[in-house]
Amino acid sequence: MNKIKSILSALCIGLIAAATPVLAAEAGPEIKKEPWSFAGLFGTYDQNQLQRGFQVFREVCSSCHGARLIAFRNLSESGGPEFTEGQVKALAAEYSIADISAEGGTRTAVPADRWPSPFANDLEAAEANGGIAPPDLSVMAKARNTSQPFPWWLLNYVTPYAEGGPDYIHALLTGYEDEVPEGTHNSDGTPFELPEGKYYNHYFPGHAIGMPPPLSDGLVTYAEAENGTAVPMTVDQYSRDFAAFAMWMAEPHLVARKESGLQVMVFLIVLAGIMYVVKRRLWAKVEH
Amino acid sequence: MAHESSYVPGNAVEKWVDERLPIVRFAKEHLVDFPTPKNLNYWWTFGGILAFMLVVQIVTGIILAMHYTPHVAMAFDSVEHIRRDVNGGRIIQAVHAVGASMFFFAVYIHMFRGLYFGSYKAPREILWILGVLLFVLMVTTAFMGYVLPWGQMSFWAATVITNIVAAIPVVGDPILQLLRGGFAVDNATLNRFFSLHYLLPFVIAAVVGLHVWALHIPGNNNPVGVDVKSTRDTVPFHPYYTMKDLFAIVVFCIPFAWFVFFAPDLLGHADNYIMANSQVTPAHIVPEWYFLPFYAILRAIDFNILFIDSKLGGVIFFAGSLLVLFFVPWLDTSKVRSGSFRPVFKWFYWLFIVNFVMLAYLGASAADGNVLGIPVADFSKICTVYYFAYFIVILPLLGRFEVPRPLPPSISESVLKHDAAHAAQATH
Amino acid sequence: MATQSNSAHQEGPAAGRRDFLYVAAGAVGAVGVAGIAWPLINTLNPDASVLALASIEFDISNIAEGESVTIKWRGLPVFIRHRTAAEIEAAKAVPMGDLKDPETDEQRTKPGYEQWLIMIANCTHLGCIPVGEAGEFGGWFCPCHGSDYDTAGRIRKGPAPTNLVLPPYEFVTDTLVQIG
Repeated sequence: MNKIKSILSALCIGLIAAATPVLAAEAGPEIKKEPWSFAGLFGTYDQNQLQRGFQVFREVCSSCHGARLIAFRNLSESGGPEFTEGQVKALAAEYSIADISAEGGTRTAVPADRWPSPFANDLEAAEANGGIAPPDLSVMAKARNTSQPFPWWLLNYVTPYAEGGPDYIHALLTGYEDEVPEGTHNSDGTPFELPEGKYYNHYFPGHAIGMPPPLSDGLVTYAEAENGTAVPMTVDQYSRDFAAFAMWMAEPHLVARKESGLQVMVFLIVLAGIMYVVKRRLWAKVEH
Repeated sequence: MAHESSYVPGNAVEKWVDERLPIVRFAKEHLVDFPTPKNLNYWWTFGGILAFMLVVQIVTGIILAMHYTPHVAMAFDSVEHIRRDVNGGRIIQAVHAVGASMFFFAVYIHMFRGLYFGSYKAPREILWILGVLLFVLMVTTAFMGYVLPWGQMSFWAATVITNIVAAIPVVGDPILQLLRGGFAVDNATLNRFFSLHYLLPFVIAAVVGLHVWALHIPGNNNPVGVDVKSTRDTVPFHPYYTMKDLFAIVVFCIPFAWFVFFAPDLLGHADNYIMANSQVTPAHIVPEWYFLPFYAILRAIDFNILFIDSKLGGVIFFAGSLLVLFFVPWLDTSKVRSGSFRPVFKWFYWLFIVNFVMLAYLGASAADGNVLGIPVADFSKICTVYYFAYFIVILPLLGRFEVPRPLPPSISESVLKHDAAHAAQATH
Repeated sequence: MATQSNSAHQEGPAAGRRDFLYVAAGAVGAVGVAGIAWPLINTLNPDASVLALASIEFDISNIAEGESVTIKWRGLPVFIRHRTAAEIEAAKAVPMGDLKDPETDEQRTKPGYEQWLIMIANCTHLGCIPVGEAGEFGGWFCPCHGSDYDTAGRIRKGPAPTNLVLPPYEFVTDTLVQIG
């Protein structure tokens, strides 16, 4: 009994200590946890959703944002949107890539190339976007997070919750308001004023975001699925699909990782069971 | 624990080797036959777990170093390259990063076990001092390793922590430049941190050798804290403790794997997925969880003490919170080792644990926030005072005034009594 | 045996000279060790390429009143703030007794250029970059450990020990400043 109590208290100490950094994030407006197909132990990406998300990324986001860590070839790799190799080759051929070894300094892209950035450098990007360069989206889904009030963040370690980034992206993309809502205040209590050239966003820290609302209903035309069901072409759906795609960009091997995780867990539990019996048999002869 | 070697070379070759380098004899004496108290509980398995973690970190670290590029322009992307393109790289990288957390979790348990059962008391003072030295080396290594992915938290951790030396009067600034290799944290800093991060684990391994050597002179302490009196009190290390430690290691791997495979970034910060930028500070700079208690102490000193300014004061308390551990064997005046027989000590000990966790919590909170309705700055001061008071005031005084419960005459008798008391729970 | 013969030697008439030789060898050896150690340690100091960036010039004509820019000097961020009249007044009105690190507003700026406040942007506590136009004193607020600076960049509250550091700088012309 004592041993069990000891082990439990050890776990508690560890958990509390390990969980504290979550508090660091200032409690902003609470962001809802969305039901993602890739959440949890058995989560996998929805291939159709990733393909739609890619469409949103390509037609909307990529005109301002780069994704320098993504190669065209990734789009056909398993566990991702899984376009065919032919599709990816044709897609790459639509882009040209800066290459000093090529004649004229540019050449047609091949699947091995990285996604071309819309601007030559950060300065140019900043100039074209009101002084601030749009951030690269390759790992965006892991570079943002949400926070939960005490004691709910403790649950994150058990569930385990690793979808704060997509939740934030979805909330941000759906969180625009045409006008500043009445009664909005800064953190120090003074009335909120929207600076010129900024847009009001409910979930952006400080509310004043430089990015104009990128999505509107019907902006991107989704192809009808094979079985004839149509996916709604709404801002909410676009945001959801893009957030899922952003998560894939940040964690392209998530599915494989979770699959091997399940095998490792089963293996460890079996081995722990065997070791426990071995240890018990051994110590049965000793008074201790 | 002096004891005769029982090694008998089995054949001519073994005999030939034994006369020239008695390594097999040495291994048998220290890893197989070594007499170990038979009443060690599961808290004692964390030594073995730590040895396992050191090997895990060194092996994964060597592999990562083969794919990593220590340059400010490429470090961030090379870590992503490991995660994306290197075969199995996502897992290896996650094992190394989560491994650091698990390593610290284990070392804290190991240290708190030592503090509760008085494992630092004579004749194990040097064993304890080497352990504290190992902890300091681990802290240094982990800090430098955290800088290598070159994210925002990496960069600002490096800036904030190296800035600590600037608090030293007169020589602070030259030393700061020497440490960074520039006026700010930059490529030179990243490069030398990589070099040292690769070197220090081997220094740790060497000090672990000394730590085990120092352990094998008096032998293990044990939960009742009385010395081993006869061979009835001990069992050979192998197979009894090798199997028990292996079992514990496998169990320890379960939460380890849980994080690695299902939430490899949960113990880290989202900000570290933003590439380092010397022109923008993240809104909240928070160290990894295992440094939080000490970070809270550093932050707690925001006032001048006589002629010492607040910055130097913070650094003195920060360094002091580690240095005080070296003196624990002499600060604790009680002759009784095990906290189980010290009724008053127990209360202060558990309050110390709660206080330590509270410091971690405060270290993670915003500097101008409130915790339980108390401003973080004030709360941190209270907790810092208790942290030091525990070592400097409470431990010395308790030894004088506390009346310990009677100790059992020997380990085997305590075991028999224990079994009788728990006879009802036949499952034991 | 060996010890015996050694001590016998030391007691002999040559012992004094031999001791001297040992000390001399040790001293010269130590010089040699230090001579090797220092060049090794010195490699860690800022190198020539870092030192080459010691001085920069910056055109301030585009900074409107009430605005500030952050530029990079020696790898460190530097604030150049074009202060408003109200800010200058507020800074001048502070009694010296209220300051942790007393410096007048005049000491923080160049004569004739008091609207320009040029400071190294690292908090003097542990080096984070304070946020402008924030905090209790309308100057800068460091989000890391809560240090508050006023409109002259002087420390007013929190753990930072000194005012924000002024880099060496001078005005080449009215619109061109040289830092370093």
